[in-house]
Amino acid sequence: MAKSNKPIVWGLFAAGGTITAFLTPVMIFVTGLAVPFGIMGPEVLAYDRIHDFVANWFWKLVLFGIIFFSLWHAAHRFRITMHDFGVRADRVVAKISYLLAALGTLGAIVLLLRI
Amino acid sequence: MSGKAYIREMPKTTWWLSHSRYRRYVAREVTCIPIGIYTAVLIWGLMRLSQGAAAWEGFIEALNSPLSILFHLVAFVFAVVHTISWFNVTPSAMRVQIGEDFAPGAVIIGAHYTGWVVVSLIVLFMAGV
Amino acid sequence: MSERQVEVEILRYDPETDQAPKLQSYSVPCQEEWVVLDAITYIKDHIDTTVSFRWSCHMAVCGSCGMMVNGEPALSCKSFLRDYPDKIRIEPLAHFPIVRDLVVQLDDFMEKLNRVKPYIIPKEKKSVSDGQHKQSPAQLKAFKQYTLCINCTLCYAACPQYGLVPDFIGPAAMALAHRYNLDSRDGGREQRQEVVATDEGVWECSFVGACSEVCPKQVDPAGAIQQMKIASTVDWYKEHLMPWSKP
Ligand code: SF4
Ligand code: FES
Repeated sequence: MAKSNKPIVWGLFAAGGTITAFLTPVMIFVTGLAVPFGIMGPEVLAYDRIHDFVANWFWKLVLFGIIFFSLWHAAHRFRITMHDFGVRADRVVAKISYLLAALGTLGAIVLLLRI
Repeated sequence: MSGKAYIREMPKTTWWLSHSRYRRYVAREVTCIPIGIYTAVLIWGLMRLSQGAAAWEGFIEALNSPLSILFHLVAFVFAVVHTISWFNVTPSAMRVQIGEDFAPGAVIIGAHYTGWVVVSLIVLFMAGV
Repeated sequence: MSERQVEVEILRYDPETDQAPKLQSYSVPCQEEWVVLDAITYIKDHIDTTVSFRWSCHMAVCGSCGMMVNGEPALSCKSFLRDYPDKIRIEPLAHFPIVRDLVVQLDDFMEKLNRVKPYIIPKEKKSVSDGQHKQSPAQLKAFKQYTLCINCTLCYAACPQYGLVPDFIGPAAMALAHRYNLDSRDGGREQRQEVVATDEGVWECSFVGACSEVCPKQVDPAGAIQQMKIASTVDWYKEHLMPWSKP
């Protein structure tokens, strides 16, 4: 039996799990719920404000970290979940999940650099 | 022992319906789907942001649509389920031994919840609540 | 002392005559203070002598009386009837082959337990004249919890991953590997990693946590496995990203 290479993705999964646990609820609230429900004014998500925020190198890096780890967390857990639901083509599921996560990560890098 | 031992097969796709413990587990696992989609929404937002003010306005409009609100509500609930399930298992995954004894689970879990509140307040403050 | 009539359903299987197991029902006059094992013993003594089941200590120590009680893995000598309704269903431990009635085949578990080398592999050879291996109370406490396992295999019956992927080494064997890895006198972790750090080892576990919930000795095998996942991940990154860190 060979030692597994799962630590690569599991390390990202665990880090992502922690980051999403702390941040995702409040982020969903701020970006998706607070404005429609009138808890925060629309100026909170105004173009200039958000653009200035994302243009800052520090926040760029933070955003990248959040997106990167959230994606890999979700991808890895999705792979496991498919297995739990009886989809036994683990290699294919793994490839697709991680490929999507990699694409998302790349896309985020490109976009962040453009802003 | 003869070779006639009887093997009970587990139903490969529906096994988790058989016990509340397994259903709770699956509820935790599927939180990855809304979290993944939400992250995609964030990336989508970055794209619109990079395309200028008009594109961004369109994105904000889409965020105000009923479908988006529904998604974010569901995603919020799942995200909180993920948070709770994640924090509650921290003491058994990371034991902290101080001297002879281990830090009580409640302390480790409590520290995580406290951190959660602080982090959330900081984000809300930054957003301008 | 009050008596209560309890309907006890037992999953019966006779390998000589049966194609598949089937439930058989018995009405048992039960005493207030009885445990499930007492009811089954009553059936064997007074109603049906052909019922087969394992037990020994009747005090939650030997680990041989594990069964599914109303779908939940439990030590039948530790399950008080007063905590159950008037009808209970007893089945052999899930995920194991049924040998006969409530008796299951544990060969697979035994083989896996053996594979993780659940014994001290001394860090340094010491002869008797060198004196004893010293261990501080804190060092003892580091692994004490994982020594409490009685090999009852309730955790295997609770674990869906073991049921779905029979190659999985499983909770108790992992917890015992961890117990020896954590022992200050032990130097065998490298050897155990050959089993622990494989796909069939810690990586088959998805932290359902069912094992720890049913464990009658609060061993927390799920926690042990997560700790080993973290340690194996640190190993992996060290080995592949910082090869110079290898001794
Ligand atoms: S870990 Fe707990 S449930 Fe599993 S065999 Fe040991 S005592 Fe039994
Ligand atoms: S009979 Fe020994 S543990 Fe139940």
